Amino acid sequence: MGYDMTGFPFLTILIFLPLATGLCLLPVWNCRPDLWRPVALAGAIAELGVACLCWPAAAAPAKGAPAGFFLFEDYPWIAEFGIRYTLGMDGLSLLLVILTAFVTLIAMLASWRPVIDRVPLHYLLILAMESGIMGVFLSLDLFLFYLFWELMLIPMFFLIGIWGHGRRIYSAIKFFLFTLAGSLLMLLAIITLYLIHGSQTGVYTFSLYGLIGTVVPHSTALWLYGAFLLAFAIKFPLFPLHTWLPDAHTDAPTAGSVILAGLLLKTGAYGLVRFGYPLFPAAAATLSPLLMVMAVTGILYASWIAFAQSDMKRLVAYSSVGHMGFVALGIAAWTPVALSGAILQMVNHGITTSAMFAMIGMLDERTGTREIDAYGNVWGKAPRLSFFFLFFAMASAGLPGLNNFVGEFLILTGSFKVSHLAVALAGIGVILPLVYTVRLIQELLFQEERRPLIIPDLTVTECGMVVVMACLDLYIGLHPGPLLDMLHSPVAILTGGAG
Amino acid sequence: MDMLQFPANIAAAAGVNFAAIMPEVILSVIAMALLLVNVFINSEQKAYLGYLSLIGIVVTFFSVVSGWGAPQSGFNNSVLQDNFSLFFKGTFLVSAFLTILITDQYLKREECNWGEIYPLILFATVGMMLMASGTDLMTIFLGLEVLSVSLYVLAGFNRANLKSNEAGLKYFLLGAFSTGFLLYGMALIYGSTGTTRVAAIASYISQNGMVLSNPMLVAGMLLMAVGFSFKIAAAPFHMWTPDVYEGAPTPMTAFMSVGPKAAGFAAFLRVFIVALPAMKADWSELLWVLAVLTMTVGNITALKQTNIKRMLAYSSIAHAGYVLVGFTAGNAVGTAGVLFYMLSYAFMNIGAFAIIVLVGRKGEENNNVSDYAGFGFKHPVLGMCMSIFLFSLAGIPPAAGFIGKFYLFSGAIQAGYVWLAIIGVLNSAASVYYYLRVMVFMYMKDPTEEFDWLAVSPSLALCLLLSVAGVLIPGIVPGTLLDLAQKAILM
Repeated sequence: MGYDMTGFPFLTILIFLPLATGLCLLPVWNCRPDLWRPVALAGAIAELGVACLCWPAAAAPAKGAPAGFFLFEDYPWIAEFGIRYTLGMDGLSLLLVILTAFVTLIAMLASWRPVIDRVPLHYLLILAMESGIMGVFLSLDLFLFYLFWELMLIPMFFLIGIWGHGRRIYSAIKFFLFTLAGSLLMLLAIITLYLIHGSQTGVYTFSLYGLIGTVVPHSTALWLYGAFLLAFAIKFPLFPLHTWLPDAHTDAPTAGSVILAGLLLKTGAYGLVRFGYPLFPAAAATLSPLLMVMAVTGILYASWIAFAQSDMKRLVAYSSVGHMGFVALGIAAWTPVALSGAILQMVNHGITTSAMFAMIGMLDERTGTREIDAYGNVWGKAPRLSFFFLFFAMASAGLPGLNNFVGEFLILTGSFKVSHLAVALAGIGVILPLVYTVRLIQELLFQEERRPLIIPDLTVTECGMVVVMACLDLYIGLHPGPLLDMLHSPVAILTGGAG
Repeated sequence: MDMLQFPANIAAAAGVNFAAIMPEVILSVIAMALLLVNVFINSEQKAYLGYLSLIGIVVTFFSVVSGWGAPQSGFNNSVLQDNFSLFFKGTFLVSAFLTILITDQYLKREECNWGEIYPLILFATVGMMLMASGTDLMTIFLGLEVLSVSLYVLAGFNRANLKSNEAGLKYFLLGAFSTGFLLYGMALIYGSTGTTRVAAIASYISQNGMVLSNPMLVAGMLLMAVGFSFKIAAAPFHMWTPDVYEGAPTPMTAFMSVGPKAAGFAAFLRVFIVALPAMKADWSELLWVLAVLTMTVGNITALKQTNIKRMLAYSSIAHAGYVLVGFTAGNAVGTAGVLFYMLSYAFMNIGAFAIIVLVGRKGEENNNVSDYAGFGFKHPVLGMCMSIFLFSLAGIPPAAGFIGKFYLFSGAIQAGYVWLAIIGVLNSAASVYYYLRVMVFMYMKDPTEEFDWLAVSPSLALCLLLSVAGVLIPGIVPGTLLDLAQKAILM
């Protein structure tokens, strides 16, 4: 069957390189502590390199691949069930793959100093996590997708449970059970779709592009899509299924929060775009008002709740719910502009929120507290840290010129045709983050000192890390063209009917 | 489905045909020989009996493998060694093999190193094999008795331990009670159809449709269902399970939760699918209710357990419920799922029990979930093995337990039992909580006391290795095993 144009299995390498690197840590588990961090970091950097190498491949489509895919691998796996090992990369996957590699690297750097016990396991789990997420973004076989979807849960469970703070065990279990319950119902929907397709055509397959176009009675399709939507909405997370997120975020270690916010939430949105809408277009159209209501409620509710938080991490966690509400709004509108905006917003949120969590991690590591009330006059003590904190907070609040603004703008523009009311309400949601962000910045950075905390300024490594992230924010904010170009063809194909 | 007239390719339809019971014969002879050897060796050498019985199991396994694809009937059609029974025989032999590997270390720890345990395990296995290949209600009953009597002794084997005594006695009383139900059901079936051959029952019913409205037949079916439900520990006939599983010697708990349960399913499937297909509408309703009850009761009760053996006892009830989902479906996918699942379950459950044997101390101490605090970091390899088994039990990919559940629930959806599948996956999600709890203790809590125990014996290490392979290989490349299971179904 098809290979990519060079015959080089880029996608398989993307998925398994992190895991393989992680397993390399096992032999040096009990000796050579000097090797743990460099090996893991080398793996993450190599992964980012491979991911970036895929960018030029976008120029030519792969042979035998569905439209829009420029890297494609397809081998039989479990023939008895018609399950294949099918991977494919289009512009949408590419952006998320690069984001994954980048955010994982950030997560690793962010846990460089705070994590001192069980270091090899920590990095092994981060790398295993990366493998799982890559698998989710690249699978084109529903069974394979489901497999990676579940695999992502295990490392995150351990990351939160072992290195977390506060009620870490409660949060870890809550996270695991919430997401698992949703995804198991999705599994049933996948099986049902597979059986319907098989009984209609005689071809039993889990292949996404084999199953697209299956004629499903509308009432059945609503149930099946409902199961998909439930699984994705939990991961998203959309109001009112978001309750696992503040706990998980707050109690997770910094690396866990960064990956959770930067990547895991994106898998829900990605699933909806890649699987939910294409498989059940009619049902998705019927239920899109529901998705829109969930999105707008989430935006407003999360901003309101965020305002009342005293824990910085919890505040950012709720702001995440709000930002992901915008992504959901863009998907629900399903117009080319809104969808491009939604995907771009996924990337933006991935960078900006990871940066926020990383910065909070730095503060927490220096002072041992995340209570906003404990801080004050940070600007006077650590100006560089404060500057970047301000920068990312403003990016997150949607300051024009920075990346989030572009995404939100596109989403609102693209959705306007579909629903004036939703856009009007979401417009309020653009302003609300400013309120709580300004309050956060004011209390944290500029108010008078409340507790004599000693806050050293950024180290060179930390500086390097945040500068790269800030540059990305600025670049996407000022010149989103290349990313949007990359998204043009997949979005056109996805919205083909609705355009 | 007229099975009375055997196809021409089944050898020697009438008369004695030892080829049809070759595995049983081999294993019985070896077991009897071991009993004899046991008399002549002293207590330090009892481990040799274990090695000999392992060799016996391997030999029997070869006999099972060589019979694949060539059905043999014998003893006037009261025994049929077809792929279905061979697949189950393989499962029984695997569970006996793995159990014997963990028995030696346990016996030394508990200072009850009596050699009789090995022949008893083999006799129990013979009984299970006879149940799987019995095509006459009497043969099935005979197999069941051989199995049960051996198990009563095995459950009470640690005779210095009061709980083990209690387990033996309880198992005996409730086992005898349930056997009564089963036998009464068989008698009623015989009374209404005039035969005990499963195939002949089916053909009698298909030729005399009137009998379907005979209350005697219906009562017979119900009573047999009750009897089998006791054996597979389906709710509400599961009450004996937790006490017996908690009290019995740990390796025997491992064995009982896997082998006899599979044997119960083998006979249950054979009788209901071959003999009573005409009543499928009735019994699938019944099994639907049983499946839901069994899954739900098993999982909900397991949530609250503190003793890990007891927790796994309830978990094994829940797993019987998942298997019943495939049985309720009654189609090719569902029944193949039953076969696949029971074999996978053998690996993951006995693997988990091997760790319990390791962590336990003399007098069945240290069997609480909280005793696993810090285990995962103190012993990374063992901890990883235990995590693999627990994730497989929870049905998380890429373990065999996931493929098995996937298979069972696919069967249910295909047969139109969508709600059953939904209840099944919700149960499965709930069950994750108590499996995760063990991992929470293993990795996320600090140890309360120092760990020190017997070193891992080579045989136990082999058991862990085989179990991990048996969980991961069918989980990642299930093709071969799925193929075998599909060739082994009854229809």
